[in-house]
Amino acid sequence: MNPRTLPYLLLLPATFFLVAFFLYPFFLVAWQAFATDEGVLTSKYFVKMYKHWKFDKALTNTFLLVLAVVPVQLALSLLMATMVSKMQKGRDMILYIWTIPLGISDLAAGLIWLAIFEQTGFLNSFLFNIGAIDSQITFLGYQNKTVIFLAVMIAEVWRATAIMLVILVAGIGLIPKEYYEAAEVFGASRWKQFTRVTLPLLKPSLQTALILRVILAFEVFAVVVALGGTNLPILMGEIYKWQFELQDSHVAAAYALVILAISIAFTLFFMWLLRTPREAQL
Amino acid sequence: MNMAVGSQGGFQPGKSLRRAWFILITVVLCLWVLLPIYLLFSNAFSTSSGVSAFPKGIVPPFSTESVGFFFRYSGVGKAFWSSIQVAVLTMIMSILIGAPAGYSLSRFDFRGKNLFRILILMTRAFPLPLLALPMAVMFIRVGLDDTILGLALVHTTLALPFAVLITYSLFSGIPIELEEAAWTLGCNRIQAFRKVIFPLVLPGITASAIFAFVISWNEVFAAAVLTIEHRTLPAFILQSLGVAPLHLKFAGGAVLVLPALIFIFLVRKYLFAMWGIANR
Amino acid sequence: MATRRQIQQANGVAEILQGSFMKSVIQKSSALSLVLAASFLGTGSVQAEGVLFWSKQANPPEEQQAMRENVLSGFEGEVDFQGSEPGPWLTRLQAEIKAGSGKIAVLGGLHGDFTTMGDDLVDLSSVDLGDSEMNGTFMELGKLGGGELKYMPWMQATYVMAANKKALEHLPEGADVMALSYDELIAWSKALAEKTGSPKFGFPAGPKGLKHRFFQGYLYPSYTNSMVTKFRSAEAETAWNAFKDLWTVTNPGSTGYDNMSEPLLSEEVWVAFDHTARLANAFNERPEDFIAFPAAAGPAGRGFMPVIAGIAIPSTAPDMDAAKALVAYLTNPATQIETLKATSFFPVVDVELPDDMPPAVKLSGAAIAAMSGSDDANPGLLPVGLGKLGGQFNAVYVDAFERIVLGGEDVKAVLDEQAEALKAVMEEAGAPCWAPDPASDGPCPVE
Repeated sequence: MNPRTLPYLLLLPATFFLVAFFLYPFFLVAWQAFATDEGVLTSKYFVKMYKHWKFDKALTNTFLLVLAVVPVQLALSLLMATMVSKMQKGRDMILYIWTIPLGISDLAAGLIWLAIFEQTGFLNSFLFNIGAIDSQITFLGYQNKTVIFLAVMIAEVWRATAIMLVILVAGIGLIPKEYYEAAEVFGASRWKQFTRVTLPLLKPSLQTALILRVILAFEVFAVVVALGGTNLPILMGEIYKWQFELQDSHVAAAYALVILAISIAFTLFFMWLLRTPREAQL
Repeated sequence: MNMAVGSQGGFQPGKSLRRAWFILITVVLCLWVLLPIYLLFSNAFSTSSGVSAFPKGIVPPFSTESVGFFFRYSGVGKAFWSSIQVAVLTMIMSILIGAPAGYSLSRFDFRGKNLFRILILMTRAFPLPLLALPMAVMFIRVGLDDTILGLALVHTTLALPFAVLITYSLFSGIPIELEEAAWTLGCNRIQAFRKVIFPLVLPGITASAIFAFVISWNEVFAAAVLTIEHRTLPAFILQSLGVAPLHLKFAGGAVLVLPALIFIFLVRKYLFAMWGIANR
Repeated sequence: MATRRQIQQANGVAEILQGSFMKSVIQKSSALSLVLAASFLGTGSVQAEGVLFWSKQANPPEEQQAMRENVLSGFEGEVDFQGSEPGPWLTRLQAEIKAGSGKIAVLGGLHGDFTTMGDDLVDLSSVDLGDSEMNGTFMELGKLGGGELKYMPWMQATYVMAANKKALEHLPEGADVMALSYDELIAWSKALAEKTGSPKFGFPAGPKGLKHRFFQGYLYPSYTNSMVTKFRSAEAETAWNAFKDLWTVTNPGSTGYDNMSEPLLSEEVWVAFDHTARLANAFNERPEDFIAFPAAAGPAGRGFMPVIAGIAIPSTAPDMDAAKALVAYLTNPATQIETLKATSFFPVVDVELPDDMPPAVKLSGAAIAAMSGSDDANPGLLPVGLGKLGGQFNAVYVDAFERIVLGGEDVKAVLDEQAEALKAVMEEAGAPCWAPDPASDGPCPVE
C-alpha cells in the first residue's frame, strides 16, 4: 500500500461519518446564527445574545466551573491512576469501583447529589443525627451561590473524573517498566519517577484526557440544573432556554458557536502545551 | 511495575506507614465513589414516605414498590431491548470506524492531521439538542427515522471522538520499533498490525467500546426525538423523570444505572487485562 | 370591568365542578390506589403501531401509564401514547413539519405551545363532538385569534394554594383562609417563619416551575387590574415590593422547586402556591394533612388565570381520519373523567362527576370553586395572538422576577427596562389586549 495515501484511506470512514452526521447538520444550525429566516446576513443575533443580561453571568459561571473542576479532576485522576498502577491484589476490583461513575448519566448524577444536598437530604440528616445542627440548613438556597457552586463542583468531580482515570490508566499501562527500573537504579525518588518518567511519557494520554474533559465541561448542564435551579446560569442552560422556551433558534445557535469557539481554543491550547515532538516519541 | 507497595516493605517503619496511608486513601476514594451510589439505591428501594422523611437513617424502610413500577411499566421490555441493540451497534461501529482513524493519526504525519483532530473534537463541542432538528429532518427524508440503525448512527457520531482519541493515544504509546521489527521479520503491514499491535491495544479498545456503550445507553435527547416505536429505555424513562414524584425519580435512576454497572463489570476483565500485557 | 366572556371563562371550572361533584367532595375514597391498582393489572403489553399521540402533558411516568391503560384503552383503534419533555417534543414536531411528512397524529400541549405553531395545525372545526358540550370560551381560545379551530380544548386546570394543616393555627387574627389577601398571606408567612424558626412559604421558582403565570395572571391583575398595559405603573411597583416582602419569608430552596408537592410532603414548606396538577401528589398521598384554598387577593381583586391544555393535529399527520376520531374520543365526557383521574386536569366539557374521585380532585376542586365564585374574583385570560413570541413574553416576567427579587435590583429601573422588552414583543406580534386589560385597537400598549 502506498504510505502516502494509507493515512487518508484509514481516515476515510470516520471522515464520511463526520461529514454526514455532524458537519451537514452543523452548518445548517450554525448558518442560523448569521442569517435570518429569509437568508439575510445579520449580526443581530450575536448582539441580542451579548446584550442579554444573563450572557455575562452564564459565560463567567461556565468558565469558573471549568477552571474549578478540571484541575481537581486532573490531580485526582493522576493520583488514582498511579495508585492503581502500584496495586497488586484487588486491582481489578478497585479500578472497577473507581470507574463506576462512567456508567451514570448526568441526569442520574444530578438526582443523586440533589438527594444529598437538599433540605431534607442525606447531608442534613447526617449532621442532624450526629447532633451538629438543630434544624435543617438550606444548602442550595439562592443567597448561597458559593455553596451551590461548591455542590455542583463536588458532583461534577464525582461524576466525570472516571473518564480521565480510564484514559490515564491505559496510558500508564503502556509505559515500559524498564524506565522505572532504570530510574530506580539511579536512585530517583518516587516523586522524581513520577515527574520525570510518568508525566512526560503520559503526555499523549494527558492531552486526550484534558481535551475531552474540558470540552465536555463546557457543556455541563443536567447537574447544574438539578442542584442550582435558576441560580447558576450557564451557557448550555441558555441554549436550552433560547431554543425551547423562547423559540429563537438563531440566538441559541449563536450561543452554541460561543461554546464551540471556546472549546476549539482550549483544544489548540492543550495540543500545543502537551505536544510531543516526533523525535521524543517512543 | 511489580514492586508493589508493601511487598518489599516490612522492615522499614517508613514503608509500613506509607502502606497504611496507601490503603487509607484507597478506601476513602472507594467510599467517595460508592456512598452516593448506595444512597441512590437506598432511596430507590425505600417507600415513598421514606424518601421524603427527615431525618433519614442509614438503613431506610425497604420496599420494592417504586422499582417494581418500572418493571410493570408497559413497553419497558421492548425499550430495554431497543437500548441494547442501539448500544451494541454503536459500540461496533465506533470501534470499526474510530480505531483506523486513531492508528492513522498516531503513525503518520500528513497534511490536515490537526484539522482532522479538531474536526473530530468539534462533534463533542457542539450541543446535540440543536443538531437534533436538522438530523431528524434528514432522517425522515431518507427513511432512517425511527430505526435502530438511525439512532445508532447518531450515537456513533457522539462516541467517535472517544474512540479515535483513545485509540490514538494507545497507538502512540506503542513504540514504532515494535512494528518495524515485525516488518523486518517478514510480516507485511497488516500482519504486523494483527500479530503485534492488535493484542497490545485490545484492552484499550475495550475501554473505548465501553465508552461507546455507556454514551449510547445514557443518551436521552436524540433518542427521544429520533425514535418512536423503537424508543430506548432512557428516552422512555429518563426524560420523564424530571416531572416524576421523588420516589419514582430515584427508582427510575437506579433502574437505568444498574445495566450500565453490570455491563462495565462484565467487561472489566478485558479492560484491565492490559496490565498483564503492558508488563512486557 | 370584567366582560361577560371573561366571567364565562372564569366560571368554566366552577360550573363543571358544581352539581354531582359537590356532594362527592364529602365522601371519602381511595380512588388513587384504585387507579394505580388498575394500571398494574394490564401488564407490560407492547404498544402496537397505531395513532401516535405525542404529548407534552401527562408526562410523569404514572400519568403516562394511566393514560395508556385507563384513558386510551377505550378508543376503537390502537393509540401509541408517548409522553415527552418540552425539548424533544418540539424538536420532533418541527422536524416532521420541515420534512413534510411524519408519524405524529395528535399533539397534546398547552395553549401557549400551540400559539407558536398556528400555521402548521389542521382546522378542527369539522370534528364531530357528539353530545359533548364544550365550554364556549375555551373553544374561542382554541382559534388563536383567527377563524380556524387550531386546537381542541382538552383539559383545564388553574393555580391554587395549599397548606399543611399545622400552619393554620398561625393564621393572622381575623383572616379567613378561603378569602386571604396578599397582606394577610405575607403576615401569615412571617408568623410561620418566626414561630417555626425557618421560612415556610414555598413558590415554584425552579427551572421548570410555572412561575411566569403567577406574575401574569395572579400578581399583576390583583394589584394593577392589568397584565400588560400597566406593567411599569406605580401599582406594579407596589406589587413587586409586596412580593419582595413575601420573598423574605419564602423558603430559599424555592429557586429549585419545579413542583410544590415534594417540599410539601417533606414539610420543608408548609404553605405553597402551584398548579393544581402539581399539587396533586401531596393531596393524594396525605389528604388528611393538607388543605387547598384560593389564591390571595390584592387591591384590584383576586386575580387568577386558567390553564388550558389542548389537542391538535399537525398538517403532516399520516391518517387524518384516525387522528380526528381520537380528538373526538378525548372530548367524550367518559374519557374526560378518566383523564381527570389520570392527570388531575379537569374536564372542558359538561360532565357529571362520579363520586369516586381522587382526594386531589376534591380538595383543589373546592378551592377553585371558592376562587372563581368569590366576590372579588378578577379573572385573566391566557395570552392570545403572540405567535412565536409566547416564550419571550413569559421571559419578560420571569426576568423581572429574577432581577428584582433574586438579584435585588431597583424595582423601578428593572420595570422600565423590561417594559421596553414587553413593548417590543407586543409590537412585533401586533397582539391586541386581552383581559383584564381593556380591548385595544392595534398592539396592546405598554404605558
